[in-house]
Amino acid sequence: MIPAAFEYVKASSVAQAIALLNQHGDEAKVIAGGHSLLPAMKLRLSQPAVLIDIAQVAELKGIKTAGSTLTIGAGETYHAIATSATVISACPVLASCTGQIGDIQVRNAGTIGGALAHADPAADLTAVFLALGGTVTVQSAGGTRSIAADDLFVSMLMTALDSGELITAVSVPVMSKGQGASYAKLKHPASRYAIVGVAAAVTISNGVVSACRVAVTGAGPQAVRQPSVEKALIGTSGDAASIKAACASAGADMEYLGDIHASEEYRRAMVKVYAARALTDAVAAARA
Amino acid sequence: MAKITVTVNGSTHTSTVEDRTLLVHFLREQLNLTGTHVGCDTSQCGACVVLVDGKSVKSCTTLAARCDGASVTTIEGLSTDGSMHPLQEGFWECHGLQCGFCTPGMIMAATDLLAQNPNPTDDEIRHGLEGNLCRCTGYHNIVRSVQYAAAKMRGEAVSSQNA
Repeated sequence: MIPAAFEYVKASSVAQAIALLNQHGDEAKVIAGGHSLLPAMKLRLSQPAVLIDIAQVAELKGIKTAGSTLTIGAGETYHAIATSATVISACPVLASCTGQIGDIQVRNAGTIGGALAHADPAADLTAVFLALGGTVTVQSAGGTRSIAADDLFVSMLMTALDSGELITAVSVPVMSKGQGASYAKLKHPASRYAIVGVAAAVTISNGVVSACRVAVTGAGPQAVRQPSVEKALIGTSGDAASIKAACASAGADMEYLGDIHASEEYRRAMVKVYAARALTDAVAAARA
Repeated sequence: MAKITVTVNGSTHTSTVEDRTLLVHFLREQLNLTGTHVGCDTSQCGACVVLVDGKSVKSCTTLAARCDGASVTTIEGLSTDGSMHPLQEGFWECHGLQCGFCTPGMIMAATDLLAQNPNPTDDEIRHGLEGNLCRCTGYHNIVRSVQYAAAKMRGEAVSSQNA
């Protein structure tokens, strides 16, 4: 399979990439790792006239913590994030999540900014990003702005990014004492996309769950939070019985997709199972 | 059209390619390096794995134009002076292949794996080769083949019996 013809431009800076986006409008697509875009182009599901390659833009690299925030350049690959000592210590769930995306070749190519901008219904990072309550920094010709995780995912493969905007960095809170997060997924055996993936982040203060965020990916058209589960767990001890009770409502109020890999009913059942697993691990990490 | 200069297996090639040319087609059709295979063509099977600047990539999902200035290693570039690379020898000694279609990709992915982890456990090998599918051997002998190569590359005595 060969993509339809296009013009390829290797951008050397964010400013150049944005200028090209503005020049070509809807005719242009940004490519980073390309492991979502190129397969879609090979199937002719996507036929951009211009491809703007940002994989080698140095400004989009870098992993650092400042105060209570971990900031990762949008162009950092899954493999770089999964093996970063800074990420492993500041936000271990992000390292373990990126370490289980696809396979090593996918992780050598795919980027965190690309995953969030593409917003694949079965992406792993979307759920983790939502559970952590991160923000993306977005740049356009008009300047920069931040978009909170809760506002980023609009619908299937659609984000709140405007045309002409590029994600330049992804920030998540540094995990502190009493906080824990986990990502549990039922993976497709060949692609390792999430058939169902659940990310959970909890804060435990004085033995009680004081904050909780849970998000589901893979099961429906977009990653979504589970407010009823979160609300049910807050104020409890986070023990097995409270997690089981809270997860009774997991996935009750969301849209589902069924396909050849798993039916809607199966995904609905697995959301509860994987929500409980993610919460159990998150609580254990918070208590550690 | 894009003019690219790529070092492949140590030789520098300057070529003109269509912007949409995939690396695997550039290697196979322009450089006649047909050891790199096209399997699923959907970046799942790993038959097309090559090294770009030392990292394993799926060449069916990599644009040749992006590789301008890069160094690419394919299965043809592993042996030196007519002697097999330890991984090639391991696959030979431990019966790591039947039909051989997945083998170039397996060996290139294993090259990256052993560069990062010279002393892997069987589990680490299976995890490291998760992007490569084999439909013949059931993977057991592939893992033994990689262990054979790992031991040989560490300078240890090897035989197909104890790998």
